[in-house]
Amino acid sequence: MEFNSNKSIYLQICDAICEQILSGDLTPDARIPSVREYGSEIGVNPNTVMRSYEKLTNDGIIYNRRGIGYFISADAREIVLKEQRMEFIENELPQIIKRMKLLGLDPKEHFV
Amino acid sequence: MIQIKELGFTYGETGGLGSISLSKEKKHMLPAEKYVLRNITMDLEEGRIYGLLGENGVGKTTMLTLLCGLKKPQLGSINIDGHDPYKREPSFLSDQYYLSDEVAPMNMKAIDYARNYGKFWERFDIEKFTEIMQVLETDPEQKMTKMSFGQLKKTYISFALACSTKYLFMDEPTNGLDIPSKAQFRKAVTKYTREDSVILISTHQVRDLENIIDPIIILDRQDILLNATVEEIAEKLYFDYSNEKADDALYSEMIPGGSIKVCLNQSGEESKVNLEALFNTVHQNKELIKGIFNK
Repeated sequence: MEFNSNKSIYLQICDAICEQILSGDLTPDARIPSVREYGSEIGVNPNTVMRSYEKLTNDGIIYNRRGIGYFISADAREIVLKEQRMEFIENELPQIIKRMKLLGLDPKEHFV
Repeated sequence: MIQIKELGFTYGETGGLGSISLSKEKKHMLPAEKYVLRNITMDLEEGRIYGLLGENGVGKTTMLTLLCGLKKPQLGSINIDGHDPYKREPSFLSDQYYLSDEVAPMNMKAIDYARNYGKFWERFDIEKFTEIMQVLETDPEQKMTKMSFGQLKKTYISFALACSTKYLFMDEPTNGLDIPSKAQFRKAVTKYTREDSVILISTHQVRDLENIIDPIIILDRQDILLNATVEEIAEKLYFDYSNEKADDALYSEMIPGGSIKVCLNQSGEESKVNLEALFNTVHQNKELIKGIFNK
């Protein structure tokens, strides 16, 4: 995995998993790698991956079956969609509009 | 768990081997500035991969050699699960490994070295050794004296990990490794070590080990400037990669495409911790950083 943005690594790992849920690569009840497996796959400290899994669990996106592993929740996709739509409207869209203003582009012409 | 208490070490008046013959009383008479390490107190916990950072000559290697029992603390103590490492009890030694920065080419094949010397470590696994050698693309059938420095280093890294010890101390392990091996090393350190192990890696190559080492310990002459998890660091410091101005930055540096600034974290938002910038921030604001993190 390439870490580029300025977000903390544990949040970038959450994003990568959410991305796979949105794209349909991860479906409800699919098992995701254990903390150590995933850490060694991407070359990241297992404690960092643990933090990501804890956050995703708290958000209801994944669930833990003790001794077996972590799985994608039934309504993971809905939760991720809701979260990311809000994120887009609150943060990404204002950035796009700001950039368009800076470049003298009229949103009406470009958003159909 | 490793408990280090008020640890002090000096190489003596001359800075050389002469220190060994110094009597205890004489050492106490040495002025404080003759000590490399002094008043070092910290605990190292299980399940963590500690990164030991510090400028040249602050005592990183000295610290590692004290922990693995090659040197005797002159002040204070080290307690590793009830063992004093300097007593060098076999039961303790077989559960720890020290990978030195400089490694010796033995006049034998790597695989034979592993077979012969692996016996000293209770959990040594020869299959694990050949597997890691393969991952690092080094031929175990090659004679160690015929190896390049990098190949030799990879052989010792494979050996160290195959020992599956609870305590693993590595001094600049990525020195001399080629680019693909550095990534493989990061993966191997998490894949082939035990969950309950205490790993301490000293390094100058922070980029080689970024995302792997956590907590971060920054050692200074006779002092620990920082000993904190990446989470704690991100809570207290904010790493700003944007082009916006920040007048209250503790540290700033130009990088391609903008700048990186380190400020106190006011918003509570977590950013990506950049270890190089962190190191420089800590060095330019020693007392402030110690104050913030010791709260």
